Amino acid sequence: MDTGDDELLDAAFLALADPVRRRIISRLSRGPATVNELAEPFAITKQAVSKHIQVLEQAQLVTRTRDAQRRPVHLNPARLEALTAWIDQYRLVREEQFRSLDAVLRSTAAAGGTQEKDS
Amino acid sequence: MMSNSLKLTVPEGQPFIDYQREFDFPVADVFRAHKEPDLIVQWLGPRGLKMDIDHYDFRTGGSYSYLHTGPDGVAYEFSGVFHTVRDNEFAIQTFEFGGYPDVVSLEFLTFEDLGGGRCRLTGHSVYPSQEARDGMAQSGMEGGMTEGYERLDELLSGAAAGTSATGQPEAGKVRA
Repeated sequence: MDTGDDELLDAAFLALADPVRRRIISRLSRGPATVNELAEPFAITKQAVSKHIQVLEQAQLVTRTRDAQRRPVHLNPARLEALTAWIDQYRLVREEQFRSLDAVLRSTAAAGGTQEKDS
Repeated sequence: MMSNSLKLTVPEGQPFIDYQREFDFPVADVFRAHKEPDLIVQWLGPRGLKMDIDHYDFRTGGSYSYLHTGPDGVAYEFSGVFHTVRDNEFAIQTFEFGGYPDVVSLEFLTFEDLGGGRCRLTGHSVYPSQEARDGMAQSGMEGGMTEGYERLDELLSGAAAGTSATGQPEAGKVRA
């Protein structure tokens, strides 16, 4: 992973650290929405919501279409997927670890006697 | 031979990681593999990384510190204290990755006898925040991932059962 990736990943995690932005992402996972629509559930100004969207945009978690007047905000699923990649890595490392533990248990059981010695 | 699968939960919006894994071995054996340093070195570290234990005192009030060193000579340090250890039952420990100093997680480990010489290990990790969880788990895994895929390939091809019986880390490959 190069530095650019790392920086983008940091930006994404930072962007998702905010509960309002996480709710925006969650809303967008159901489909694109305008700033007005996104601002609706929050007791904050439309301007504040726009700023949150900008942060998400900089982290490349969302994109905005230029053509329409409404400029709806879209989720960038590829970016979100990259974020969860660490979970797959975590799983892989844990799985590997426990398979090694299986092997250790197999070899100590095969060697025999260790249980009696210990207790 | 069917291997027991890992159940992993990484909840969104909560700073936890939960996992469960069953073993076709008695709970006392699995507990002992967590307690004895000469057994720990055989499984805790990802293969391809040399594991050097400074100390590993798996008992209430004990502590641990170890290094994982990659083939490139880069070392990853891990340390913590054992808050509670009850034989064949339960342990609480802290966990700190040297690359993320002061971001300490709490690990709850439950050993459960399933009868018939089988047992279940349940892990619950609590991080200071969700961002800490994501950042720490990610950096902590980088060392582990160095040869993770290679290892997985070997495991899938069935080579693991033959080679891991010696339980020796590949010290020859490592310049520490």
